[in-house]
Amino acid sequence: MLAFLLTLGALLGVVIALAYAERKVAAFMQDRMGPTEAGPQGSLQAVADVLKLLQKEDIVPAAADKGLFKLAPILIFAAVFAGFAVIPFTPDLVPAGIGIGVFYLLAIISLDVVGLLMAGWGSNNKYAMLGAMRSVAQIVSYEIPAGLAILSVVMVCQSLDFQEISYQQGALMNQFPGLEYEMNWLFGIEALGINTTTIGGITTWNIFRAPILLVAFIIYFIASLAESNRAPFDIPEAESELVAGFHVEYSGFRFAVLFLAEYSMMVLVCLVAVVLFLGSWNTPLPNIGPVALAYWTSGTPGEISSILWGIFWLLSKTFILLFLQLQLRWTYPRLRVDQLMHLCWKVLTPVALAVVLIAGIWRLLMI
Amino acid sequence: MNEVKKHTGFGYVVKSLVSGLGLTWRHFKNARNRRTPEYVSDENYFKQPDGMATLKYPYEAIPVPDNGRYRLHNEIDDCIVCDLCAKICPVNCITIESVKATEDIGMTSDGTKKRLYAQVFDIDMAKCCYCGLCTTVCPTDCLTMTPVYDFAEVNIKNMVYHFTDLTPEQAEEKKQLLAKQQEEMAAAKAAALAARKQG
Ligand code: SF4
Ligand code: SF4
Repeated sequence: MLAFLLTLGALLGVVIALAYAERKVAAFMQDRMGPTEAGPQGSLQAVADVLKLLQKEDIVPAAADKGLFKLAPILIFAAVFAGFAVIPFTPDLVPAGIGIGVFYLLAIISLDVVGLLMAGWGSNNKYAMLGAMRSVAQIVSYEIPAGLAILSVVMVCQSLDFQEISYQQGALMNQFPGLEYEMNWLFGIEALGINTTTIGGITTWNIFRAPILLVAFIIYFIASLAESNRAPFDIPEAESELVAGFHVEYSGFRFAVLFLAEYSMMVLVCLVAVVLFLGSWNTPLPNIGPVALAYWTSGTPGEISSILWGIFWLLSKTFILLFLQLQLRWTYPRLRVDQLMHLCWKVLTPVALAVVLIAGIWRLLMI
Repeated sequence: MNEVKKHTGFGYVVKSLVSGLGLTWRHFKNARNRRTPEYVSDENYFKQPDGMATLKYPYEAIPVPDNGRYRLHNEIDDCIVCDLCAKICPVNCITIESVKATEDIGMTSDGTKKRLYAQVFDIDMAKCCYCGLCTTVCPTDCLTMTPVYDFAEVNIKNMVYHFTDLTPEQAEEKKQLLAKQQEEMAAAKAAALAARKQG
């Protein structure tokens, strides 16, 4: 229960910061100023927006399927929020440390799609229905390259436990029960003869442990943009051309929940990217001989120092990825539907399959 | 005919994607600076390619041109109430009612003698078309255009600007003074006439 409340609180804070950052970053990239009036530098703008949404009248269309309509936002948010349960925030802190975290995450996120369909169908509005169809088609398609990219990580790490995957990517690896005698080699190849187990830092991140995962990371990142309906894959919403997608009939509190779910999804996919590819809560600084930068910047597991360092590194990496998501949105034009599907089925999926194959071979080299 | 060269290929696509990111990044970095609000004749006007272009309007404004035509102002002390402005106005938005002065009421700043009080001097800015004709005909240059352009009102009655410096009571008093003087003059005239007749 405590973990639930803490995660929810932290998530709300991050989402508010993200909504504010989105406006400011967008403005700066377009030589504008963004919000300046509410609070210093407009920092209370996102809070004000939420308060405005909460005050609005709760409108349920007369012809809507009331049950579905009311349930959909909650289901969408719950599906995304449930994903946070398995994310390891520090070496010791996982809201729910289950051994098949990766599998659970992929499964629970897919529930989102059901919520989207419920919202679109329940609104009894053809535009909402079309929007939901597009959203769902997009998310379902892009789950395949994303899933394959994650699969290659799982093959390299030989684990479905996010915490174990995290430990493998740092100098603290041998402290994880079951990994006491594991070794990390540079690029994962023992024949090179460079043992990086105690060097840690960036050299043990998954994208370095098995460089093919760099390709997997790029595939996952592109697919995750599409899964969270972010530009350049935001056809379902396309707010510059359409009113909205599946949530066209929603207003007030229900819209706020959908909005929250969307931003939570962004945070979640970035967290997963960091955990799987970019060293999770591990420091990027390696130990260089006597200068034990990695140990100094990780703290001792079980103590408060490791919690603080872990949270710090995890969040900084996540924020860098989130910034990249924002920057992509304000840089690239939106893809057409056919281009979107072309990219998914004819480019990303074949490449992801090849990556899975190479990752398997790599794993053989690593032993 | 020049054929447009088509770029294709993985390398080219990646290059263009990266250069796009570079572009937004550059703008993001330059957002620390702001362009200064400069009038177009300023030599800096075209030399500010970077930085935020936003003008925080109520707090800042781009200077208006010297010969711009915005809100009118009448320096009533200098007005000789000649009514020229009201006559030239194409939309009849100036209302002037004058009262002749009984005594010397001084001079305008350019030395013209004032002989009339402006009992009413109203300009209806909601009707005014900002043609500027009234300012050109004004003999004492007291009616001028100011650089103020932001004077929207909630109540349209507030768009009528009253420039007279007399209160209604004062105006009434001046009127009575005039009437008295005219009576006296008439009486004096009558007396003179009577005297001439007798003599
Ligand atoms: S500017 Fe033109 S319209 Fe306005 S008061 Fe003067 S003469 Fe009339
Ligand atoms: S033209 Fe000038 S001096 Fe004459 S009444 Fe108008 S404002 Fe006064």
